[in-house]
Amino acid sequence: MTTLRPARLRPMDLARLGASGLTARPMRAILAAIGIAIGIATMVTVVGAAASSQEQILRQLDMLGTNLLRVEPGDSLFGKKARLPKSAAAMVKRIEGVVQAGQTGDTGTTVRRNDLISSSISLGIAVQATDLDLLDTLEGEVRTGVWLNAATERQPAVVLGAVAAERLGLTSPGVQVWIGDRWFTVIGILDRMPLAGEIERSALIGFPAAEGYLNHDGHPTTVYERSSDEHVESVHALLARTVNPANPSEARVTRPSDTLKAKAAVAGAFTGLMLGLGAIALFVGGVGVANTMVVAVLERRGEIGLRRSFGATRGQVRTQFLVEALLLSTLGGGAGVLLGALATFVYARANSLPAVLPPWAPAGALATTVLIGTLAGIYPALRAARVPPTVALSTQ
Amino acid sequence: MNMLELRGVSKSYGKVLALRNVDLTVRAGELVSIVGPSGSGKSTLLQIAGTLDRPSSGTVRVAGYEISELSDGELSALRARYIGFVFQRFHLASGLSALDNVADGLLYSGLSRRQRRDRAAAALDQVGLGNRLDHRPHQLSGGQMQRVAVARAIASKPPLLLADEPTGNLDSAASAEVMSLFHRLNSTGVTVAIITHDPEVAAACPRRIRVRDGQVRAESA
Repeated sequence: MTTLRPARLRPMDLARLGASGLTARPMRAILAAIGIAIGIATMVTVVGAAASSQEQILRQLDMLGTNLLRVEPGDSLFGKKARLPKSAAAMVKRIEGVVQAGQTGDTGTTVRRNDLISSSISLGIAVQATDLDLLDTLEGEVRTGVWLNAATERQPAVVLGAVAAERLGLTSPGVQVWIGDRWFTVIGILDRMPLAGEIERSALIGFPAAEGYLNHDGHPTTVYERSSDEHVESVHALLARTVNPANPSEARVTRPSDTLKAKAAVAGAFTGLMLGLGAIALFVGGVGVANTMVVAVLERRGEIGLRRSFGATRGQVRTQFLVEALLLSTLGGGAGVLLGALATFVYARANSLPAVLPPWAPAGALATTVLIGTLAGIYPALRAARVPPTVALSTQ
Repeated sequence: MNMLELRGVSKSYGKVLALRNVDLTVRAGELVSIVGPSGSGKSTLLQIAGTLDRPSSGTVRVAGYEISELSDGELSALRARYIGFVFQRFHLASGLSALDNVADGLLYSGLSRRQRRDRAAAALDQVGLGNRLDHRPHQLSGGQMQRVAVARAIASKPPLLLADEPTGNLDSAASAEVMSLFHRLNSTGVTVAIITHDPEVAAACPRRIRVRDGQVRAESA
């Protein structure tokens, strides 16, 4: 007598078998897959949006460079503002590796459209004295008009940062604004400067003008310097001592690009709330698949008994329902990845960011889906395998 | 050779004794009817003979295999290779064509999809439905649907065919159609056992086994 060995189901047959349960009730399959689709789409979008924002900042950083340093006098031991020497920028220029340096000094006064506006309304715009090298050092651009020169730095002439101009409602030079107690002529408006937000929010006049018209003491409050990339560290170490030899520990040296880098890291971190929502949707989706499969097993007891009578083993019935659950959740996962990619694209477009979706996101999403499908399918599959073959014969 | 051999078979569901100490032998090539009123235990008898259920006590041999010694996998293989089932309610998938319904019955035989469809077409031809391959069940009459079910049962060429009230849902003309099909299959060497409560169907079989209260009461050969 020959030994009895059940034949194996071919993978293609198994896939077709699993799909047959879904195609028999397509609407139910779609509804059951929606939960998972929403969960996956949420997570993919969160990852995609974060990656796109980060990419934007990193590209900006690449363009701006990381070799700009900023020095401020900082507070002295007694809480008084320490003062930088008038020639701080010139001293900094002598440090090895420094390519360009510029300085600004806060005048403590405000800029207004006219003399009728109260001096207490500052619009958040600082009026700063600047030397002529500042624009070069920051690698800034003049959007319209001109930058200060050796002549205009002595005149009541002012160049506005991009944000300052916006707040004053100005788009072109040639108009007059009220600074301190007299009119200054706007001769230029600068472009945006992501590395120096405080300059964007400033009205810049020459040091001589500041001293002449606003009684400024001529001491800078901030020095900017740009060095070659390989000298950034060594310059960093020397800056404090150079600008404030008496009390080097009081000078505060910062690297504006670090702020941008931190911003990139924050942008790259996925918002926990959205991820949590996605996880909940995924969980609910998994429960939905499990529920659908349990109902399917109940409804299809006849089919299961029939298949057992054809010669299906318990294991083959189990596998059939597991494959069905897997296909169901993968269907949802696939749709979710597509939706998420689309949402990322739309989000990036709407915020004029480069659309970036790290490859691990869809890969991870599909892997998660397979895991959920397996977890959701195990219980129904075990139940299906326990359906006795005799139900095929029962006439109820 | 004995195709089916039951010795001292009893089956109880809780306190209810569905079969009591049944001895029954069906030899290869026979065409037998198992007759009895509902509740007599004839369906239980068929389930046990078809290895869909195991007896509470006693031994069952199908095609020489002692089924109490077989695992679930081996029993499944036995069903796939040796036994074809025909059910009262046809059990056809409404979304599939006649051909696919029959081919589905061969899914666990280890044949490729092409081979399964070829064999299914041949089996449908054998039951006189060679021109209805692409019809869905709802496009067929009751007699035709049962013939599709018979084709599915015989597509793997099993030596034993078990039918549970195969004419229960059919009118007399369709019944006659299906019965003549069983006779024809029997003449090709297939052992056929038919459960029925229809005396006319029973009378058409050379051997009749009467079941009552879980016991074999009478045989007429």
